[in-house]
Amino acid sequence: MSHNSIPKTKHIKKKINSFVIALIAAVLSLLWASVILWAIAASFRPPNSPIGPGSIWFGGSFSFANYIRAWHMAPFLLYYKNTIIVVSLILGVQIVTAVFAGFAFANYEFVGKRWLLFFILLQLMIPTTALLVPNFATIRELGLYDTLLAIALPYFGSAFGTFLMRQAFLEVPYELVEAGIIDGCNWWQLIMHVYLPPAIPTLLAFAISSVTWHWNEFLWPLVVTSSNKARVLTVGLVRFTQLGEIGAQWPLLAAATLIVVAPLLIAFVVFQKRFINSFLYSGIK
Amino acid sequence: MAKTVANKHSDLKSSIIPWLLILPTFIVVLMFTAWPTVLSIYQSFFRLKLNVPRFRVPTFIGLQNYVELFKSPTFHQVLWNTIIYVAGVVPISVILAFLFALLVNRAIKGIGFIRLGFFYPTILPMVSAATVWMYFFTPNYGLFNLFLQWFGYHGPQNWTGNPHLALLAVMIVAIWKSAGYFMIFYLAGLQNLPTDVFEAADIDGVNYLQRLRYITFPLLRRTTLFVTTIAFIDGFQIIDHIFVLTQGGPSDASNVLLYYLWEMRFNYQDVGKSAALTVILVAFILIFTIGNFALSERKEDRRVA
Repeated sequence: MSHNSIPKTKHIKKKINSFVIALIAAVLSLLWASVILWAIAASFRPPNSPIGPGSIWFGGSFSFANYIRAWHMAPFLLYYKNTIIVVSLILGVQIVTAVFAGFAFANYEFVGKRWLLFFILLQLMIPTTALLVPNFATIRELGLYDTLLAIALPYFGSAFGTFLMRQAFLEVPYELVEAGIIDGCNWWQLIMHVYLPPAIPTLLAFAISSVTWHWNEFLWPLVVTSSNKARVLTVGLVRFTQLGEIGAQWPLLAAATLIVVAPLLIAFVVFQKRFINSFLYSGIK
Repeated sequence: MAKTVANKHSDLKSSIIPWLLILPTFIVVLMFTAWPTVLSIYQSFFRLKLNVPRFRVPTFIGLQNYVELFKSPTFHQVLWNTIIYVAGVVPISVILAFLFALLVNRAIKGIGFIRLGFFYPTILPMVSAATVWMYFFTPNYGLFNLFLQWFGYHGPQNWTGNPHLALLAVMIVAIWKSAGYFMIFYLAGLQNLPTDVFEAADIDGVNYLQRLRYITFPLLRRTTLFVTTIAFIDGFQIIDHIFVLTQGGPSDASNVLLYYLWEMRFNYQDVGKSAALTVILVAFILIFTIGNFALSERKEDRRVA
């Protein structure tokens, strides 16, 4: 059908329709975003301007006071350090284990392969979070209680990462693998020169979702730590909200919240597309 | 189907390399998934309470932990809360995700920001989001209450402190958090739909709602199945906000399985019962995931063939 054959009224109706839909979308999206928008606005209120009826969003002026106070009321710098160590430790080890296991499943035929893959995929079916009680016992047995390693250890192997890498490696044309073998590549060289280069986007997607997931994790770090030396940001924030002296000082709480989310939020705004793709990948299992 | 055949060395020597490469992952799954599942089942048959001196040595009591749980009104409430929580959060967030995807599946200026507004809760830690929601639920001047007032709501406002509202409050936060995440799967699904079907429908004079009902939704069945599977698994385990908002209260009104299990172990120090609760929780999750897997596999056969 050519464009001109649409009657003019129908055309206008269509335009109005799509405008109304866009408006609804914008309003709903703003509603959803109100959580972060409010937190940002409130966190910059001056210290002597409490939130109350009639004064919800902005104070009289702009101030960093809440951030400075929050920063000094809890050891956020230490929490930051701990979180960064845990997240990078998990990511570093996961990349190695997932690439190795994914490669093994994609490249070799061996006894027990199907059984082994199924066994590893158990981790997707029974979420580690649900097993926090027995895993807590294991961590105590290992003498790791209240250490950063305790937080990271259960995630050193990732069924999801393994599966994702396996799928990516299976896409690599067999002719390339054959050429590599003829050239005398050993398994390590096969990974580095044949399998990994085309799978980098998948690896990146996995890395983003891993970092986000572990930066945000709360329950497991809560259970296996008992002192600041091993506390991460999420656990620190919850303790902060429960400090008696804070009460309903919302701007202060908003500032503390933003301290915790800032790095991810900034990275997200900058690399929006990559983040969304990575979470999309995490779905296409 | 284009297929890359894996390298076929099946002699013993070359089968040691793949086993060694998989070993680290295997050990982690063994230690932190398989073993704890078995351990929970085992421990659930024992009485072991760390805060009662005479129960500090494990004693075999058979199914007593389960019997006691199923007799306790608190457990009934927790179970009931969990069912309401999951049965509410899963369909509502999935339906919202679908609607959002329909709304934002167009190329107009600023659509990126609109999508961002829906999706960003995905990357926020649940405890941070919950801290902000704590203010939103405040009586008199909390943003959520003010918003409801515009629409003429004059009911109780103490969402997290009211036994009739606390569960609803934590459900609202969970829905807000996950709808945007599920949206991206529907959005990707919508963008991969074959356009010729819609052109044909256009010519046939099919209206928008009919199109949704008979074309779009059936074509996105796989997406729906997948999204509901993760929604169920998440539903049972995303409870971080309960720690901030209600601590399961008031009087267990917002207590759900995983939170109760944490309480049982770390507040009441009852290892045996917390093991039994772990078994029950894992059973719940498995029933839902295997059910969904089985359903999706059956549909899968046709696609692969």
